[in-house]
Amino acid sequence: MAETVYDALVVGAGVSGCSIAREFSRLDGRFLVLEAEDDVCSGTSKANSAIVHAGFDAQTGTLMARLNVEGTSLFPELSRELEFGFRQIGSLVVCTNEADLPALQALLERGHANGVHDLRIVGREELVRMEPNISDAAVAALWAPTAGICDPFELTDALAENAAANGVEFRFDAPVTGARRRKRDGEPALWEVTTPKGTFLSHVVVNAAGVHADELHNMVSASRISITPRRGQYELLDTTAGDHVRHTVFMLPTKMGKGVLVTPTIHGNLLVGPTAEDIPDKSGTQTTPDGLAEVRRKSALTVRDIPFRETITSFSGLRAHQPGQEFIIGEVEDAPGFVDCAGIESPGLSASPAIGRMVARIVNGILGLSPNEGFVPTRRGIPNLRDIDPEDWQRLIQEDPAYGTIVCRCCRVSEAQIRDACRRVPGARSLDGVKHRTGACMGRCQAGFCTPRIMEIISEEVASIDLAHVTKSGPGSRMVVGPDKQGLATASDEKDDSRGGERNA
Amino acid sequence: MPSTATIQTLERDIVVVGGGSAGLAAAISARDAGCESVLVLEREPQLGGILNQCIHNGFGLHAFKEELTGPEYAARYISQARERQIEHMLRTTVLDIADDLTVTAVSAERGVFRIRAKAVVLAMGCRECPRGALDICGTRPAGVYTAGTAQRLVNIDGLMPGREVVILGSGDIGLIMARRLTLEGAHVACVAELMPYSGGLKRNIVQCLDDFGIPLLLSHTVVNVEGTKRVEAVTIAQVDEHLKPIPGTEVRYPCDTLLLSVGLLPENELSRQAGVRINPITRGAFVDDSLMTSVPGVFACGNVLHVHDLVDYVSEESAHAGASAARYVRQLAEGAGRGASDLVPVRVAGGIRYSVPAFVSPANMDEKITLRFRVGAVYQNRYVSLYVGDRRVQHRRKQILAPGEMQELTLRREELAGIAPADEIRLLLEEE
Repeated sequence: MAETVYDALVVGAGVSGCSIAREFSRLDGRFLVLEAEDDVCSGTSKANSAIVHAGFDAQTGTLMARLNVEGTSLFPELSRELEFGFRQIGSLVVCTNEADLPALQALLERGHANGVHDLRIVGREELVRMEPNISDAAVAALWAPTAGICDPFELTDALAENAAANGVEFRFDAPVTGARRRKRDGEPALWEVTTPKGTFLSHVVVNAAGVHADELHNMVSASRISITPRRGQYELLDTTAGDHVRHTVFMLPTKMGKGVLVTPTIHGNLLVGPTAEDIPDKSGTQTTPDGLAEVRRKSALTVRDIPFRETITSFSGLRAHQPGQEFIIGEVEDAPGFVDCAGIESPGLSASPAIGRMVARIVNGILGLSPNEGFVPTRRGIPNLRDIDPEDWQRLIQEDPAYGTIVCRCCRVSEAQIRDACRRVPGARSLDGVKHRTGACMGRCQAGFCTPRIMEIISEEVASIDLAHVTKSGPGSRMVVGPDKQGLATASDEKDDSRGGERNA
Repeated sequence: MPSTATIQTLERDIVVVGGGSAGLAAAISARDAGCESVLVLEREPQLGGILNQCIHNGFGLHAFKEELTGPEYAARYISQARERQIEHMLRTTVLDIADDLTVTAVSAERGVFRIRAKAVVLAMGCRECPRGALDICGTRPAGVYTAGTAQRLVNIDGLMPGREVVILGSGDIGLIMARRLTLEGAHVACVAELMPYSGGLKRNIVQCLDDFGIPLLLSHTVVNVEGTKRVEAVTIAQVDEHLKPIPGTEVRYPCDTLLLSVGLLPENELSRQAGVRINPITRGAFVDDSLMTSVPGVFACGNVLHVHDLVDYVSEESAHAGASAARYVRQLAEGAGRGASDLVPVRVAGGIRYSVPAFVSPANMDEKITLRFRVGAVYQNRYVSLYVGDRRVQHRRKQILAPGEMQELTLRREELAGIAPADEIRLLLEEE
């Protein structure tokens, strides 16, 4: 039997990988996305500032600058096509010292050079009108009305769902353990990519593996790259604090990044962070006392009286930083058909629509595929009940009464939305999967009330998962360990029950 | 295709938001006070609220002079409501309460609908303080639960959240769950409490920890959580008098589960929408002696008003709110009603954190009312004193007062006789 040969295989289902996959699906070919985790958007894409940057930060002439500006310009249309949360609220870079005004001016000029429109510097008086809670030290700010905020989960889900609807395959829990070129007699060589879920053959491999992109690249190329996980810690405040600022408020950037920002989120919360710490551990998403203290201290430089008592959670994410601080996008010289999409740190989310296009262009330069005539560019989003008009909600309930059964009271998410999330392709199979697709569990009770009910719905919707095996985020993260009294009355077949059994013998 | 999406509007005299212990007692009492049109809205598929998952005993000692389990206690009120044929709607979530007392709700059965009410009783209860509010550092794996979520999983779903457990916070649910998890086959390594005293009832410390040999570490907190997918260990450290961890005192506990029992927060999001003034100390409404909030016709009772320790007192307080709501509706019909102008504030001082009610109407109050309050620290051999103006009308010695145990005293109308318009009522602790 002939082995399946993919035209292109993408490693990584973050926002870059899914954007690339969606662009691939415009072509008439066979495509596969391999993801190490249990769901899309499980690495760098899931824990970041969720900002769509205007594009004045990156050095003029870099790929970062070009793709940021192009990507950001694509967001309004893309958010309509794919129905994900995006709002152009504008951003302010706040200068808190007269001496730094030249730096603010330089940022404005760099923005102009990068092709960012409508930038201007606002003085203190106007700034205070725009942001009543701005720090007393603020003297001026760079106003960028094209900046926005988005829901990175929904964006990534939407890209993946649309790619899947147009024929792209996804495999999860499939970390790549090997990649090599297999020569064939009389035919072009193929890439052979090994995972615990099997070995896959493809003409082209795209490396969108986030913080692990260096490992994959270095498997196939003699010219090494290196990715450093740069941790960013955040505090997320309740929606009661969501209007403390109205725009994304940055401090003047430093060499470690854009500093600590204060921003409303698409869900109406207030987000404060991140730190920037280079760490050795690619799974090191811990929060630390020093990190969170730094977030509080630095945010106070630009915004006063942030009500941190309204904090509902803190979290951290890892940026895929590479020493050159530039996106590495292109075919690897000594590995024909292996295309890097590495070092995608900020403004990677903003650039993602443009990254998808660029990689697809490069790959189709190799493959020469014709267009997918059946491509459908639109995707229907999961309805959001938070700000819905009552009549529209009534219509939804008439179609499906489960829209009237609220499961997550804090974020107003109904049973119907949770079932919808599970039925999507690729769909939710874990609590985090439901959370990311519906916004459930993100509120002030932090899943205290809705967890058991969502576990039930997942077990009802996903045939392979029973209630006791529902996970938070894939293998190894079971929510419960088994039934009550296991190991008390009878010997159990689970090895970690032995202790309980002995104690009660 | 559905052609219309009309929103139905109902009319009721009293809408009770929440069908737990508070809502049920309020509805029954409103009916008994003569109000025929009472509607209870409950979001869960059954009445009884959180009592349904509280399968331990100890409920009803005051109300029934019996020791009942939570579901048994709830069943008494549910059957009383049934006998009186009190209308209720299940699986119904209230979305909004407007200040004109229009309640908007949603259910699968009725869709989005509105109820025009003459009075509303807030009985939504409380929620548990989640991890995020504590800024516990480390990873965010599976296996961190609030005690109440774990209680629901164990007692309703029959599922064990973990086998090796550390509990942070000595609130009553945490203490109860230490015992429950032990009985169900888990090992509870310890209960760590940030404060130098427990937030739970003395009887729970004895019956749930001491009897099972579970150590209670006072002045300790969790400073780190380990594990990428599932909890693998937590680190506990001692804290100083400013509640800051003391370096060098860290002890690592390998475990698969961290339970949090670090406080309960009244769920007043709807109250705020209605414009109800909230007391920052209780996080519940400011109410007068009829348990009416700052919005005329809106009453509050139970854990949404202030967090209680014993359900018996929730029922008692809520019965008062229900009767007051019924009287309010009756007076509305008669064109009468009490003015807000004669309200006298109850000021608290000297270690007392709050009083419910926060205002008393000397002219309109019942013959006697109950003032409920908590202290802010542990006190021994103090007097609870009540002053009306300069006059000390009550002076009671208490051997021990602890933040975890709600206190109460009875205020009689006659004690307010002769109160001057400028006078305050003051509630405080005195050494003699």
